Amino acid sequence: MADNLVQRHKATTRIWHWLNAVALTVLLMSGLMIFNAHPRLYWGEYGSREDRAWLEIDDTRTTGFVKVGSATLETTGVLGLSLGANDKVRRVAFPGWATIPTGYNLGAARRWHFAFAWLFALGLTGFMAASLLNGHIRRHLHIRKAEWGLGHIWGDIKNHARLRFDAHGAGTYNILQKFSYVGVIFILLPLMIFTGLAMSPAMNAALPWLLDIFAGRQSARSIHFICAALLCSFVLLHLVMVLLSGPINGIRSMITGKVRQAPQVNATGVES
Amino acid sequence: MKSDRDAIGRRALLRGATLGGSALILSGCDALNESDTFRSALRTAESLNKVVHRSLMDRAALAPEFIASDISPVFKTNGSLTGTSAEYLAHVDNKFADWKLRVDGMVANPMDVSLNTLRAMPARTQITRHDCVEGWSAIAQWQGTPLRLLLQQAGLSARAKYIVFHCADNYGAAPYYESIDLIDAFHPQTILAWGMNGEMLPVKYGAPVRLRVERQLGYKQAKYVMRIEATDDLTKFHVGKGGYWEDVGDYEWYAGI
Repeated sequence: MADNLVQRHKATTRIWHWLNAVALTVLLMSGLMIFNAHPRLYWGEYGSREDRAWLEIDDTRTTGFVKVGSATLETTGVLGLSLGANDKVRRVAFPGWATIPTGYNLGAARRWHFAFAWLFALGLTGFMAASLLNGHIRRHLHIRKAEWGLGHIWGDIKNHARLRFDAHGAGTYNILQKFSYVGVIFILLPLMIFTGLAMSPAMNAALPWLLDIFAGRQSARSIHFICAALLCSFVLLHLVMVLLSGPINGIRSMITGKVRQAPQVNATGVES
Repeated sequence: MKSDRDAIGRRALLRGATLGGSALILSGCDALNESDTFRSALRTAESLNKVVHRSLMDRAALAPEFIASDISPVFKTNGSLTGTSAEYLAHVDNKFADWKLRVDGMVANPMDVSLNTLRAMPARTQITRHDCVEGWSAIAQWQGTPLRLLLQQAGLSARAKYIVFHCADNYGAAPYYESIDLIDAFHPQTILAWGMNGEMLPVKYGAPVRLRVERQLGYKQAKYVMRIEATDDLTKFHVGKGGYWEDVGDYEWYAGI
């Protein structure tokens, strides 16, 4: 069986994957610390404590809560009010275990965030260029005409519901995978970069059209936060799918590039 | 209060059980954050932002300007809400009639400029967005004297590299101050604002004059400016990082991002 190892992921894909695993984790956690400095989100050009927020995380000194629009959810212990080192009650939006650094330090969090943003942005650019040149986009991510059919998509949803992930044979992405990878690589990740740039006052002078695209700096900040939340959902789903579809094979293929193929026994135990 | 603390305690226990791994990563990150080598590596990456901004973007590019209907209904106050020196408080009582802005350092003609003289100089009016490093923004109309006119009048030395703004407010224990380079000092939107939203600049927003340097964050917008000093070396002021928050909060000196 060991000789059934076949090449799956190119080196560029593997390097980029693990670079992102580190960079996105640091960006998320330092980003949550930066958010703690002003845990309110607005739409439009401006927004401060004097204006109405569409999302806020705050506390009443005894309870923590998240408010979205007019709906309030109590989140004591996690959001708004949590315990820090030595059981000290901390009145911060995101708790210390979710932020870099764990304590409140805006200067340090910004430094982490901007350094890893360079890694992330250069990595994404490099991956896109390499994938265009080596055919990864054309061969694996390109969604073909036949795949857009509702019947085909429905069929793949049913396959996923039955935990059959390799119905088309290992080595190709199914349509739900393509939708999520294309959505993340070509929509969410670039949006993170451009909404991030749109928050920089110097970039606003250099590229004023960025503000027009996102309808204002505070809208860009909100979209930055929403895209970060969507990326978290993607990563969670991605990890679940790795577990369900054979974690050893999946992780090996992302490290060595090789995957064990056939006889294909899927998670329901039925040979296909 | 006790029961609240218990509730938090129970959740903390659950949390601890599920997030032990994350705690390991985090203590690693905090340890890295304490390492001077790592910190200076991060700092190098951050100073890259300034290099890229200065070399790739038009140095005279204007910050976006807005229209009157975009102005924030209430402009959030922040930092000091008044100057604190005895000299400043006396000027407030006297409605700044005897107040004079000192312009000195590496200039040929050190000057003392009264508020009326300042207001009689050619002025620029601009509706711009103020972005706090914390993340919030507020929009206001500012009216003031372009800084470059003052520097030209004072005869700025060719060896000067920075303009330092000394302020009348102590924020916490130390006096507030800020500094910018000459690219920003001579930028057309860089003004010493004495008017805000069509009125005299109120005390809580920095009267009699505050700096507006529109392509940088809020902590650069020094309020209660009493003295402008041209220099070629920022390390000789206070802690030496070029500004109050740079010294105290370890914020980056270049605040364009």
